[in-house]
Amino acid sequence: MLLSLFQYQFVQNAVIASVFASIVCGIIGVIIVEKRLIMMSGGIAHTSYGGVGLGYLFGFEPIIGALFISVLAALGIGYVKRRGGTRSDVVIGLFWSFGMALGILFIAMMPGYPPDLTSYLFGSILSVTRGDLYFMAIFTLIVVLVITILFNYWEAYMFDEEFASIIGIKTAFMEYLLFVLIAISVVVLIRVVGIILILALFTAPTAIAGLLAKNLKLRMILSIIIGSLFCFAGLWISYVLNVASGAAIVILLTIAYLLVYIAISFRFRNEIN
Amino acid sequence: MIYATNGAGDCKNAVSIKNLTVKYRETPAIAGVSLDVLEGDYLGIIGPNGGGKTTLLKAILGLVMPSCGEISVYGKKPGKSEKLIGYVPQISTLDKAFPITVRQVVQTGMLKPSFTLFHQYTQKDKEKADEYLNRVGIYKLKDRMISQLSGGEFQRMLIARALAVEPKLLLLDEPTASVDASSAEQIFSLLSELNQSMTIIMVTHDLLAVSSQVKTLACMNSRLVYHGGTQLNEEIAKALYGYPIDFLKHGAMHSV
Repeated sequence: MLLSLFQYQFVQNAVIASVFASIVCGIIGVIIVEKRLIMMSGGIAHTSYGGVGLGYLFGFEPIIGALFISVLAALGIGYVKRRGGTRSDVVIGLFWSFGMALGILFIAMMPGYPPDLTSYLFGSILSVTRGDLYFMAIFTLIVVLVITILFNYWEAYMFDEEFASIIGIKTAFMEYLLFVLIAISVVVLIRVVGIILILALFTAPTAIAGLLAKNLKLRMILSIIIGSLFCFAGLWISYVLNVASGAAIVILLTIAYLLVYIAISFRFRNEIN
Repeated sequence: MIYATNGAGDCKNAVSIKNLTVKYRETPAIAGVSLDVLEGDYLGIIGPNGGGKTTLLKAILGLVMPSCGEISVYGKKPGKSEKLIGYVPQISTLDKAFPITVRQVVQTGMLKPSFTLFHQYTQKDKEKADEYLNRVGIYKLKDRMISQLSGGEFQRMLIARALAVEPKLLLLDEPTASVDASSAEQIFSLLSELNQSMTIIMVTHDLLAVSSQVKTLACMNSRLVYHGGTQLNEEIAKALYGYPIDFLKHGAMHSV
């Protein structure tokens, strides 16, 4: 029965989209968890809602609007963080709400009936089109390339940013680059889990991989595999139960993380005793 | 030890600081400090918490901007002196759970400022890293994850990483803060050895180190209270901490 599902074009698309989403999450997730940029990524993701609204208002592809606004938000938040004047979590919080508010405003200004936006908020993996896939492929490729080309520098930056900057590595440039990559990843993920649920896909596979893998490359690869597996499982549940794919994936991931966490802490306790 | 003055005889200044003031917003962390560090010196900086010791190191490294005053490191401006300074930060600022091996950490010290696309560490880099690890005495641990190191081993790994920069000047921020007594002794004897080929500036809380290891001493309480030989007296301590302290008690300053 499971195999016969693959005859459908939309199921094939959904599976491919899950893989792309897991790749960007595995790579970027490891970095943002290590650099403690999770809330910032959440801020960038939610701000992109303003871009979705902008797309609907002016009649262009909402995903392009989301990309545009989330890159702007990434650069803005990055700039404020670097200046260090205002506390960056205040700014992140503001961007977070402001972006969503803009989205609501733009949609309200649209003539005619408002479109259904739940697919952007909660993901709708089963409605991913060929065109969406091309988009996702390009962005995934960009993320993979930028990280692998400068891998040793990313490793040094992640372990000790201050030392890296002292030996002359352009850490400010790397930070902005990372923020833009986060914005690009958000766009890849919107169709799969939606804006609101993105944080779980960024953090849970990485956190599970972090409990198991002892090397940065391995940690990234493992979280890609874990992410893919849970996306497939979530996809199947969402098909069978007809619930939003994002919700199914996120609930599975959270339960899995809790189980692994409990298992590891039990083992740890036994080792001590 | 003679008071370090500017341009004395054949001696060259490794670091020269003139009238340095650093402010965080309106609060000055350092106020009007002038200090010359001679080439080959081993300077210990002591002072109460919040006395501007770490800020001084960061100013030398170019990580914080002076509000006024000037710093030069071997005649260059801070931040332009990247391959001259090897920096050993406080252990507590780093994530010990980060998935990386000891040798990989040391190798990051060899990265060049300009990006090389698809950069790979060469066999020669690996051998050099092993050499530095050997020098600090933890060659055996080269393939360990950093999470498996003790405080003393971690500290020595950070010194090896600083050496990988091939610096003329070594800056250390409390190298014995999270280290047991016997490891601290090993670290100090390593530093004395390194001092034969490079200048060292060390921020420390360890009064034992101050009396027995360093060549010159600077006492900071946002101002420079004292700079000179290692014989401290009670008057200076009073100016520094506000009350007399017992110099013999190891680690007494932690309670300040």
